[in-house]
Amino acid sequence: MLHIKCPHCGLRSQNEFSYGGDATVKRPELNKEISDQDWDSFVYLRKSPRGKHLELWQHISGCRRWIKVERDTLTHEIFKTLKANEEV
Amino acid sequence: MQKYSVFSLIKNAFKGHKDWEVAWKDPTPKSEYDVIIIGGGGHGLATAYYLAKEHNITKVAIIEKGWIGGGNVGRNTTIIRSNYMHDENGLFSEFGMDLWRSMSQDLNFNVMFSPRGIINLAHSDAQMNVYSRRGNSMRLNGIDAVLLNREEVRKIIPMADFSENVRFPIFGGLMQPSAGTARHDAVAWGYARQADSMGVDIIQNCEVTGFDVSNGKILGIRTSKGDIKAKKIGLCVAGSTNILAEKLNMTLPIETHLLQACVSEPIKPILDNVVTFGAGHFYCSQSDKGEMVMGGDLDGYNSYAQRGNLPTLQHVLTEGIAMFPFLSKLKMLRTWGGIMDMSMDGSPIIDKTHIDGLYLNCGWCYGGFKATPASGWTFAHTIAEDRPHELNAGYSLNRFNTGHLIDEKGLGTKTWIS
Repeated sequence: MLHIKCPHCGLRSQNEFSYGGDATVKRPELNKEISDQDWDSFVYLRKSPRGKHLELWQHISGCRRWIKVERDTLTHEIFKTLKANEEV
Repeated sequence: MQKYSVFSLIKNAFKGHKDWEVAWKDPTPKSEYDVIIIGGGGHGLATAYYLAKEHNITKVAIIEKGWIGGGNVGRNTTIIRSNYMHDENGLFSEFGMDLWRSMSQDLNFNVMFSPRGIINLAHSDAQMNVYSRRGNSMRLNGIDAVLLNREEVRKIIPMADFSENVRFPIFGGLMQPSAGTARHDAVAWGYARQADSMGVDIIQNCEVTGFDVSNGKILGIRTSKGDIKAKKIGLCVAGSTNILAEKLNMTLPIETHLLQACVSEPIKPILDNVVTFGAGHFYCSQSDKGEMVMGGDLDGYNSYAQRGNLPTLQHVLTEGIAMFPFLSKLKMLRTWGGIMDMSMDGSPIIDKTHIDGLYLNCGWCYGGFKATPASGWTFAHTIAEDRPHELNAGYSLNRFNTGHLIDEKGLGTKTWIS
């Protein structure tokens, strides 16, 4: 089982969290001219690396806040966790 | 090639089984091929077989990092079905059903195809309506579908929980009687043996480390056993697709996720069919050895680990016990995991790429095994003719860009939600 350190609540078991996907994908800015290709990349294209992966999780059975987790997709080792608005 | 039959079995029995030919050779790679298939799983082996058989292209190599049959073709729960609503999926899979029905004779290898029928259970009136719609769509595409009511389901699987006060009572189910299971290892071995006999080089323990691309055209690959030239290259590596795509500077609508399966200790025959739970994600069948073969949800986060985590297994088996209470008395014999190439609409990709001579076969999600023959057949056609067959025309790479998605489950891009 994964143990994730919520930056708000501390170390908790994986059961309390819900996964939210790749955190490096950025939604195109509002009210800007965006090409179809950029929308395609945002909505569908994923690097899905083997190794370090920055991802979103929600502490759904805890503080319910979204957090960022830097995790290895091969070993499942968690390197660090951040608040949702923090950058690595 | 030595033909397998009762006569060859008797003949070899008298010689103490010492003179059997090897099923496939272990060649060193040549410097050049017409076609290289990367990935020696079910789909890669089937592709090489149909390239040789249907298109007479035999200067073919299969490059496999591990050993053939060691990936998802040896890790799945062996279910074969074509119970899809959308035309693209239904027609493609039903074409595959015909190949499954003749596979043992075609490959001269007993793949133990067992058309025992699959039942998807429904747990509400709304779900019965959805199944009736899907069943009608299937029948329009020539696929057999039968809508069962509660009593009809009870006759087939009386050991399911039919008590009144359960959270998810059984209202009925949708059955595809021609669906079934097959011996998954035999599929890989059967294709490998035939492909090898027609001249295909199966090169195992050989990792692809890079690609040789010049002026938008593929020229060859770099491997741990040296550089190999090829006019055409097909990628057929399931959960490792993104790793190779990165070497080609391609970003794909694919995420790699972990899926677990498990078997119980063997018990006497109790379950004749494949049965799926309708209020969650759990499926179950009984192997010829008597083990209950079970699986369900993804672990729910990107992973290349090929091994699972307990919370998901616990969740999946809770659903299983809700469906078949007797499962709670069984001991678990084995659990394992495999990595799935989850596409952003739940349907696969079999297409050309922007690189001339490079072809892509990926995005099989939960359903790669049953697609093995149809995938190999259509991928071989796409490579040989340099254009998709009408059966895989819908499985294009640019459908995400043009909006022609094939979202059977209506999940959208959250591939890990099931």
